[in-house]
Amino acid sequence: MASPREIEVKRRALMAATVATAAVGAVAQRAGAQTTPARAAPPAMKVSFTVNGKPRDLDLDPRTTLLDALREGLHLGGTKKGCDHGQCGACTVILDGRRINSCLTLAVMHPGSEITTIEGLGTPDKLHPMQAAFVKHDGYQCGYCTPGQICSAVAVLAEIEAGIPSHVTADLNAKPALDDAELRERMSGNICRCGAYSNIVEAIGEVAGRKA
Amino acid sequence: MKPFTYERAASPAEAATAAARQPGARFIAGGTNLLDLMKLQIETPDHLIDVNGLGLDRIEETQDGGLRIGALVRNTDLAADARVRRDHAVLSRALLAGASGQLRNRATTAGNLLQRTRCPYFYDTNMACNKRRPGSGCSALGGYSRQLAVVGGSEACIATHPSDMAVAMRVLDATVETVKPTVKPEGATRKIPIADFHRLPGDTPEIETVLEPGELITAVTLPKPAGGTHHYRKVRDRASYAFALVSVAAIVQPDGSGRVALGGVAPKPWRREDAEAEMSRGAKPVMAKLLAGARPTEENKFKLPLAERALAAVLAEAKG
Ligand SMILES: Cc1cc2nc3c(=O)[nH]c(=O)nc-3n(C[C@H](O)[C@H](O)[C@H](O)COP(=O)(O)OP(=O)(O)OC[C@H]3O[C@@H](n4cnc5c(N)ncnc54)[C@H](O)[C@@H]3O)c2cc1C
Ligand code: SF4
Ligand code: FES
Ligand code: FES
Repeated sequence: MASPREIEVKRRALMAATVATAAVGAVAQRAGAQTTPARAAPPAMKVSFTVNGKPRDLDLDPRTTLLDALREGLHLGGTKKGCDHGQCGACTVILDGRRINSCLTLAVMHPGSEITTIEGLGTPDKLHPMQAAFVKHDGYQCGYCTPGQICSAVAVLAEIEAGIPSHVTADLNAKPALDDAELRERMSGNICRCGAYSNIVEAIGEVAGRKA
Repeated sequence: MKPFTYERAASPAEAATAAARQPGARFIAGGTNLLDLMKLQIETPDHLIDVNGLGLDRIEETQDGGLRIGALVRNTDLAADARVRRDHAVLSRALLAGASGQLRNRATTAGNLLQRTRCPYFYDTNMACNKRRPGSGCSALGGYSRQLAVVGGSEACIATHPSDMAVAMRVLDATVETVKPTVKPEGATRKIPIADFHRLPGDTPEIETVLEPGELITAVTLPKPAGGTHHYRKVRDRASYAFALVSVAAIVQPDGSGRVALGGVAPKPWRREDAEAEMSRGAKPVMAKLLAGARPTEENKFKLPLAERALAAVLAEAKG
């Protein structure tokens, strides 16, 4: 039987091949589009930032999104690519303390930043309280949206703590409540195809309650 | 994405000059609209000028009691600013009604004003669209036009401006401050009233604002607080994370007078000061003037009564 290491090597080779085919496809497409002349690929750029506490240096095509840098450059596959257009939240990471869609920002725009992905929140034997609550409350089915949901949820509680209002906050000048309506509104940028929403709200509510 | 080169600008004037030097250059702020469009090759800049490091991220009080909002202030920070919440609440409300928490954490004041339309044919590169490819025609006229403009459009384009924030800024009489890429004098500035900032499409729908090539937005200023009660009512297909079908931004004074602007109905935030004379008489007479000359399609004519009812709800809320 193949060892985990061999499987990992094969998986990487397969990924590299997929990326190469995609590149050929892109070139063919570009040649076909006669309105805009083909442009040479730009030279790679260096960028250094901290991911999950570790300093990282990358040489990247400036077109690389932060999402692709994390997944393909650093092999941190926890952060997911759903729509790649800011519409689903699967790619949510925490950048300098704030949740963002990593698919809609370029990696080269973030020198010196501190990035936290799902891999940095907790580990299988030392789960972050939010990860543990998602497990306890079945806050997922297929799990594809889950890393984004959890990163988002951790940041949502910090946003409420910091007094940042939301669309459903009745009094803009008072501290926002920690009720289900607030949690639902604030989590609306994370879509779950499996519809695990009610359990997600329960999981976040439990962590919020523990904190309060 | 098409290949591009990337630089970080050192000062606002240098950013503007660098942009003017390279006709294919674009500024990038939050990137949440530009990168989306670049992935679809609707925008194909060959050079990006990152304006995030220019120090334009502060909100300061002006001498006349208003606020000067840096172009790079994130939508989250603007909505949460204590002075904005207290004195310009319609702006907080409009921002919080837009996009998602993640997007608002990146989206900037200038980028939000300059975001492009969500017309489905603008996004579909297989379809004719005068805004995306001037002269190719408009697929929305006679096509799927439910979300599109009922007033202010033209034979060439009936796209709406999708911003919520801009509607509130219109009702607050904001001013857009810019720096121009002129060589002499280096970095000339100008102030553009928000009413004049966005253009109607006419026969050049690809030109959406009065900005000149390379002109950089540095700030948006708000005059001293308008008083009254502030309202932003957004009607959409789902309760959150969707663009407006119709939105109403209003400031209502205790005597029933006030201001109103609409989102989701026109190529720019839609306000007519002459309609506001009718505010104390109710939604119907206001809308009669505000939406005078409307030319809805069969699919979007529902927006006319919807806008009137949304304003009626706002006026009822204002009475308490
Ligand atoms: C899924 C989704 C849902 C959304 N929902 C809503 C919604 O409900 N309501 C709403 O209002 N918006 C919504 N948005 C749009 C969002 O508000 C905009 O994408 C955002 O405000 C753009 O700001 P940015 O800083 O990211 O701009 P960028 O993408 O960086 O730039 C946009 C444009 O502005 C130019 N630019 C940026 N800064 C300057 C400057 N200082 N001077 C001159 N030019 C400049 C850029 O060159 C570019 O052309 C949504 C977006 C997404 C992806
Ligand atoms: S309405 Fe405007 S943006 Fe939409 S297809 Fe017509 S020209 Fe293009
Ligand atoms: S992958 Fe980024 S929001 Fe969907
Ligand atoms: S658990 Fe399957 S998409 Fe959310």
